[in-house]
Amino acid sequence: MMRYLPALAAAVFAVAIWQLIVSLTDLPKFILPGPLLVAETWWKSRALIAEHTLITGIEVLIGLAVGAALGIVTAIQLATSRVARVLVQPMLVFTQALPVFALAPILTLWLGYGLWSKVAMAVLIIYFPVTSSFFDGLMRTPPGYLDLARTMQASPRAVLWHIRIPAALPNLASGLRLAAVYAPIGAVIGEWVGASKGLGYLMLLANGRAKTDLMFAAMLTLGVFSVLLHIAVRKATMRMAGEGG
Amino acid sequence: MADGDDPVTPAPEITFQGQATIGAAQLFAPLSLSLAAGQWTCLLGGSGVGKSTVLRLIAGLQTGAVFDGSITASDGGEVVPRVAYMAQDDLLLPWATVTQNVTLGARLRSEKPDQARLQRLLGRVRLTEHANKKPAELSGGQRQRVALARTLMEDKPVILLDEPFSALDAQTRADMQDLAVELLAGRTVLLVTHDPGEAARLGHSIVVMEQSGLTHCPPPQADVPRKVDDLDTLASQAALLRLLRGEAA
Repeated sequence: MMRYLPALAAAVFAVAIWQLIVSLTDLPKFILPGPLLVAETWWKSRALIAEHTLITGIEVLIGLAVGAALGIVTAIQLATSRVARVLVQPMLVFTQALPVFALAPILTLWLGYGLWSKVAMAVLIIYFPVTSSFFDGLMRTPPGYLDLARTMQASPRAVLWHIRIPAALPNLASGLRLAAVYAPIGAVIGEWVGASKGLGYLMLLANGRAKTDLMFAAMLTLGVFSVLLHIAVRKATMRMAGEGG
Repeated sequence: MADGDDPVTPAPEITFQGQATIGAAQLFAPLSLSLAAGQWTCLLGGSGVGKSTVLRLIAGLQTGAVFDGSITASDGGEVVPRVAYMAQDDLLLPWATVTQNVTLGARLRSEKPDQARLQRLLGRVRLTEHANKKPAELSGGQRQRVALARTLMEDKPVILLDEPFSALDAQTRADMQDLAVELLAGRTVLLVTHDPGEAARLGHSIVVMEQSGLTHCPPPQADVPRKVDDLDTLASQAALLRLLRGEAA
């Protein structure tokens, strides 16, 4: 319990500042609703928010799984093939130079307004961090391990499987942790561009109707969801990162 | 046999002849080094004289230098596949248990590790009760004993040791030296070291490597591993240090 105390204190502090600003400025509630109003709205609209959270959650989780799998496979391909490095690596960097926002409309055009254009956005946004961190790890195997494997007459495949991949798992873990933070952003961008469900859609809808309290409630829900997802991925990757266990 | 009852193929003598250059610069002048069959040869020298390069060339590892010469075995067989290697860094995989580290070679070649041999070796290096621990749970001396067991598990007739004991504290180092001599008996061993005391204790033959070439030094009389307080050994250690410092012996 004690270890959650600092987080709790920080949350209480943030809410207090928020309330202070609301009290001092006396802004109309469609500009800046107070924490109490947002909490009340959140509770009243909990069914609505839950429904949209579920949609965004599914998009994020599928995106995370697909993006991570693609990233892992790409990194291994890049690490084992010089041809792949020459042909694919520049493309990978170039796709990162494109703003994901600019790709969202075209993805919606191709994949429709449903789930898959948002999954694709999440995949796009996490593909690079996962690929790049895992690839870095695979290319930075301590040279001593490789020397040892060489004197043991190991095949490149065996070295990859028994040494390079396990040695790169901490890097993969940090890639996945980044991905857990980015994936919801990707899904929400997708929802903003064109959707009829999801927290991003709900935020946009509420904003358009000056229901700022609902907008805040949806936004905070998304924030809490992202933090929980990050914690879950962090815990799931602890062994991988060589922390404890 | 030294590590139990398994027969090692008779250890060959290894002959190293040649020179190495890095770019336009010469790393070492043409030299000729023989590793006597079944004996310890200590190659002693300061940093940067290329003694590790000699060892890595024999092991078939990358060196960054261009080698012009030959490395041959007295029985005419290939050298590289018959070599086991141990470095200053124990090179234990942190995610693998002691057992998994010791059997790494077999796993890398998709072979089934010889369980009886594994158990015997773990017993010899006194690590049986640590078999399922990860390297992080072991002391420096224990880790180096795991590395020694891993080297022996390979069951190769030629053993290349690149300063394997230099990171250990003095008493652990002396223990490891005794253990290594006992377990590696009958194999052709090259020990690269910068420690004159180590060379004087362990070398059946002692060779000092300098930029100018090799100097063969007479080893002390006693059997290896020589006692740490053996006067002849201490005198030899002093003579080697003088040689390294550029003083006349």
